[in-house]
Amino acid sequence: MDTLIAQLQRQFRDYTISLYHQGFLDDQFTELKKLQDECSPDFVAEVVTLFFEDCEKLISNMARALDQAGNVDFKLVGSSVHQLKGSSSSVGAKRVKGLCITLKECCDSQNYEGCVRCLQQVDIEYKTLKAKLQDLFNLEQQIVQAGGRIPQVDI
Amino acid sequence: MEKSGFSPVGLRVLVVDDDPTWLKILEKMLKKCSYEVTTCGLAREALRLLRERKDGYDIVISDVNMPDMDGFKLLEHVGLELDLPVIMMSVDGETSRVMKGVQHGACDYLLKPIRMKELKIIWQHVLRKKLQEVRDIEGCGYEGGADWITRYDEAHFLGGGEDVSFGKKRKDFDFEKKLLQDESDPSSSSSKKARVVWSFELHQKFVNAVNQIGCDHKAGPKKILDLMNVPWLTRENVASHLQKYRLYLSRLEKGKELKCYSGGVKNADSSPKDVEVNSGYQSPGRSSYVFSGGNSLIQKATEIDPKPLASASLSDLNTDVIMPPKTKKTRIGFDPPISSSAFDSLLPWNDVPEVLESKPVLYENSFLQQQPLPSQSSYVANSAPSLMEEEMKPPYETPAGGSSVNADEFLMPQDKIPTVTLQDLDPSAMKLQEFNTEAILRSLNWELPESHHSVSLDTDLDLTWLQGERFLANTGLQFQDYSSSPSLLSELPAHLNWYGNERLPDPDEYSFMVDQGLFIS
Repeated sequence: MDTLIAQLQRQFRDYTISLYHQGFLDDQFTELKKLQDECSPDFVAEVVTLFFEDCEKLISNMARALDQAGNVDFKLVGSSVHQLKGSSSSVGAKRVKGLCITLKECCDSQNYEGCVRCLQQVDIEYKTLKAKLQDLFNLEQQIVQAGGRIPQVDI
Repeated sequence: MEKSGFSPVGLRVLVVDDDPTWLKILEKMLKKCSYEVTTCGLAREALRLLRERKDGYDIVISDVNMPDMDGFKLLEHVGLELDLPVIMMSVDGETSRVMKGVQHGACDYLLKPIRMKELKIIWQHVLRKKLQEVRDIEGCGYEGGADWITRYDEAHFLGGGEDVSFGKKRKDFDFEKKLLQDESDPSSSSSKKARVVWSFELHQKFVNAVNQIGCDHKAGPKKILDLMNVPWLTRENVASHLQKYRLYLSRLEKGKELKCYSGGVKNADSSPKDVEVNSGYQSPGRSSYVFSGGNSLIQKATEIDPKPLASASLSDLNTDVIMPPKTKKTRIGFDPPISSSAFDSLLPWNDVPEVLESKPVLYENSFLQQQPLPSQSSYVANSAPSLMEEEMKPPYETPAGGSSVNADEFLMPQDKIPTVTLQDLDPSAMKLQEFNTEAILRSLNWELPESHHSVSLDTDLDLTWLQGERFLANTGLQFQDYSSSPSLLSELPAHLNWYGNERLPDPDEYSFMVDQGLFIS
């Protein structure tokens, strides 16, 4: 008979592993978790918060640039996507990063349609990740609230 | 007497990056290496900090791409003015970029994401530089004092000296005094070998000398030295600086923007000793490491120096210097006046809009600090799987009853009208409206449920969804296989589906979740 804590911990472990296996996260996320300690117990949450804020800002910048029909500043889009790429590499947002590479290519070849499509996907991806990480953090909270410890998950 | 050898603890690192996420991560990582970290989101700010406290940092780590200043430019400034080791970072590892970094004088080039092990060893660059300085001094053939300095420095740096802390100590003051004495003593050797810091004033003299000679390519170090009339400077100092200068010029010639600064340099009276004292600061006899107990030494140092170079004062030496206001190739724009206000007014990059200025981190808005979903609170209370299923439903607006969500559902996500519309819930959409991206979004059938029928891009979007969902559906299956215990499946089927099926809720649902939940927008 599984206790609630054990169930939650298992869910947490499985969910974490799935995120890696499905390419949402890469080992940079693992590194982030390693940095979290007693001095900064919410380090990972804080960092990903910053990242998602950055996503929003940069995507909105790019959307605006692409909206200038006929006069799209591809350089601006390019520099924004470069920043987003850097940002996504900081938290291990693997899919977002991959899409940034594609978007950069579209930008370099001034492929408007491609840029727009790619940007849409980037938007979807970061929001997906945001939701998933939220789930993960919620699970953590529940484990702690139930009196358990958050298991260390080795990928 | 402690013989602990060299220790990187307390190394003073200045990190410059416009990406707030990376800045936070790097700060944490460097602190874990026991370094003393200062972070900075703007290159301008970094330069100001560096100039204000000339001896305040041991090493600079900077990103290559920054909005207000090219990282390479910062690198040049730091290298030429302060001669600190600089490490470049980028997410872009293209050979040409790396080469550019090396050419501009970076002592290392790190690729993001950066690992702890890479940061743990950055102190070697600092040590190497210090040792090089010692060798430079030796190579200049210092008389009498040289051995003393060399031995002192080596012992100091390698930690075998009297004390192991790297702050400025009495010895340093003695060393400076010695320098000054020798300076004023006409019978002393003319080859003064303090570690030369090419301060703004000094470089100005250099440039003027070069200009006077006429063509920098024909100007030889000896001639320049003579013209500069700085007694303690050696031909070797000038030669090496000339080399750097030429490199810089050639880079400029290759199509870089030539920045010209008219002589907006402030003049204030200060003793001629300023320059010497400051170069004394940079002498290797005064190492720049400060252990945690050593801060007082730095303070002491600033006490001694009546007018630190970084303030808006210039030494009298400069008043003799001709400042040609006109644009000249050799009037390079990399020596702006020290005071930051003058700096700002002269630098062309002042015009760069500060759109991407790093904002302060808002910890208050982190995930964990907001109210949990009402359904979530009952999550813990109920262990029965069926109840869990119930609880899970509301936040996700599971259309199909929550038990199993299959791929088909996601083909037309727009069909599922959530109870809350995007506009109601998603402040980010509001923001986008401000910027008129709403228009794009509508036309691109991005996030609005009702507009899914007309636009041509629609099909593309659907395809995207479809493709994405196939991927997810496949992996969802894999996930279910992955789960090792069959009991888990039987006990919590709904839950497994919820997490494991990896359904991709449409953006509207995200917004709902996002804003009901624990996100900042």
